[in-house]
Amino acid sequence: MDYFAFLDLPRNLTIDANAAKDLEKRFYALSRQLHPDLHSRKSPAEREQAEESTAVLNDAYRTLRDPVARAEYLLKLEGFDIGEQTTKDVPPELLEEVFELNMALEEADIPQLESARQKFEGMRGEIDVELQQAFARWDATGNREALTAVRGILNRRKYITNLINQTNVPDRI
Amino acid sequence: MFQIEFDNDKVVGIDLGTTNSLVAWMNLTRPEVLPLVPSIVSVSPSGEMIVGDKARQELIDHPDRTIYSVKRLMGRGIADVQEELKLFPFHIANSDEKESESIIRVRLGDRTFTPPEISAFILRQLKQNAEAALGQPVTKAVITVPAYFNDAQRQATRDAGRIAGLEVLRLVNEPTAAALAYGLDKRQEGIIAVYDLGGGTFDISILKLHEGIFEVLATNGDTHLGGDDIDHRLLNIALEDLQSEWGEDLSHVGEVVQTLRQEVIRAKESLSFLPDADIDFAWRGKSYHREITRDLFENLIKDIVDRTLGPCRSCMKDAGVTHEQIDEVVLVGGSTRIPMVRGAVEVLFRTKPHTELNPDEVVALGAAVQAGILAGTVENQLLLDVTPLSLGIEISGGVVSKIIHRNSTIPASASETFTTGVDGQTNVLIHVVQGERELAKDCRSLLRFDLKDIAPMPAGMPRIEVRFLIDANGILNVTARDARTGKEQSIDVQPSYGLTLEQTEAMIDAAIEHGEEDLHAAQVALARVDADAILLAIEKAKHNDAWLELTDAEREEISDAIRQLQTVYHGDDHHAIRDTIDILNDVTHKLAETMMNTAVSGALKGTKI
Repeated sequence: MDYFAFLDLPRNLTIDANAAKDLEKRFYALSRQLHPDLHSRKSPAEREQAEESTAVLNDAYRTLRDPVARAEYLLKLEGFDIGEQTTKDVPPELLEEVFELNMALEEADIPQLESARQKFEGMRGEIDVELQQAFARWDATGNREALTAVRGILNRRKYITNLINQTNVPDRI
Repeated sequence: MFQIEFDNDKVVGIDLGTTNSLVAWMNLTRPEVLPLVPSIVSVSPSGEMIVGDKARQELIDHPDRTIYSVKRLMGRGIADVQEELKLFPFHIANSDEKESESIIRVRLGDRTFTPPEISAFILRQLKQNAEAALGQPVTKAVITVPAYFNDAQRQATRDAGRIAGLEVLRLVNEPTAAALAYGLDKRQEGIIAVYDLGGGTFDISILKLHEGIFEVLATNGDTHLGGDDIDHRLLNIALEDLQSEWGEDLSHVGEVVQTLRQEVIRAKESLSFLPDADIDFAWRGKSYHREITRDLFENLIKDIVDRTLGPCRSCMKDAGVTHEQIDEVVLVGGSTRIPMVRGAVEVLFRTKPHTELNPDEVVALGAAVQAGILAGTVENQLLLDVTPLSLGIEISGGVVSKIIHRNSTIPASASETFTTGVDGQTNVLIHVVQGERELAKDCRSLLRFDLKDIAPMPAGMPRIEVRFLIDANGILNVTARDARTGKEQSIDVQPSYGLTLEQTEAMIDAAIEHGEEDLHAAQVALARVDADAILLAIEKAKHNDAWLELTDAEREEISDAIRQLQTVYHGDDHHAIRDTIDILNDVTHKLAETMMNTAVSGALKGTKI
């Protein structure tokens, strides 16, 4: 059973406030049925089952409540190969920025890194808007081309996120 | 004839603390807690184990046979504790090269123990205390651990429970337990932060409350930060003073260090409500006096207090909340009595923290609530906790690939498929680590396992699916199967730190063999069962006509004997209880006879009268 079916949800990508509330409600209701704490006086086999099914519930909730994890999961379900993002190939439009970032990292130029981080976070903000639009397209049409677009945007987003992580100097020390 | 009904499912909640340990249980709707037991263990020259208050004096008289703060050693390797060894008088006994890798052994007198065995002595004492108070055997427990405890530290705690003869139904995170204790009759909805600064560990947890569900959003902390560190600062001042005033370095004289340590702790505690406190010490005809003002004290501990704030900020960030969204802050742990700590928490969260419940008892009270949830006596409340550290596997280049992220709700699982790199390869070694760093060497090594007996095939052909499950105790379980055949794959798990299953079993056997303590507890419990029976029988007999036939002197004699029995009842001397039962038996002889003769009731007949 896939996570959407497990939590009785349509395979939609947009999570607005109502959808988030519904998801949480289902998660709490299922937790009250499945959680190992409520089965501790049962047989070892039943207790193990409670651990297993609650683990699936928790994994499902964690995946579906996060827009990016949810989209990646749906792509996989729909047969898209998301694979490991290769960070070696720099997208041509980012060549200059990545070069500047590497210079700043080499020189440990903190102000330069800070401004790089702000620039990349701005880019990620723009990507997120794009992602919302692609999500809405899939939800409205169920068109696989919309998912192809989602995959492309997610790949770019992942690349930018990697760059942002690299600018986090304190984490690297 | 009189059956004392045992609630066989009585599950106790235990706070196994660095400084003090407590046991509690649910009494109808409220948790009840017994007086705390200092987490001090000593071996007497005759080999008898001394635990708690009585062991405190042993710290001074026999420092080489006595240990405190053993929690700091739980689930750790020799290399981890080098810093601790400078500060604590632990006598490490490891000499065997091979063994030094996996588990620490501590020397107490002429015997050596692993940290779980020492913790088991504390647990056994708590078990006995609970059995004596409840008048029934106790075999099931919920034990609390710092939220930031890693897998090895949790396993060590569970092992300690088993060695003490307890079935550990659940390990609960201390701050979460505290939230349960506070949540008893509090708000239905809201976000709460629990700040827990104990004797040796610091935890911060942020929870969301929703109709009885306590959902932990994030947790953070430091498993080596607490009141102990404050004590050391004060102790060092005193030792330096002695060095300059007396010209003697006494930092290696166990008796002096332990006496001074108790003195500085007393001063530290006074400083929570007085502007200054004195440290007084006399030794071999010389005396030392030092006044510590609160200003000096606060300067001394400022960086310790500050070290708790970083984890608090990270925790808020991970929980996705700002301080405005936090409705309540709860303080736990003895060190939160320090005004400077309270002030720092108030400034950080901009909320006046809750301190209604005794910070020493609140974790045990919460553990009792969780015990009630597991026993089915507490309904409608449920804890959803998280794993404090990310779980990862080492991949090429020593890099960690994270498979379960920190703050994931537990139970949590992940599956990974492994294959071979060389034609005909029949086994694959996998290294599992815990932590947030990028390189495996910077993370905590949890275990290595060997996927064995893989059918020889060309490289990359075998597909072994490994499932990692972090259970509701926060402990990792690993299973593997061949993805092609679906057959279970044999794995050989080697924990990096801690006891193997065989070692734990051997210790349980040894504990049963040397089970004088358990035997003693059982005898006390049985004596109390008999005492209950006779007391109940006499209460009933008082409504019998036979009671009125006794003389005033006879009735007075019986009342005296009852009072005597009630006095020894809560003690742990089963001989005293038995002797007093005999006395009561004797003085009620005529009463029983009269009752039997008049055949009104056989109330006293079935008992030992």
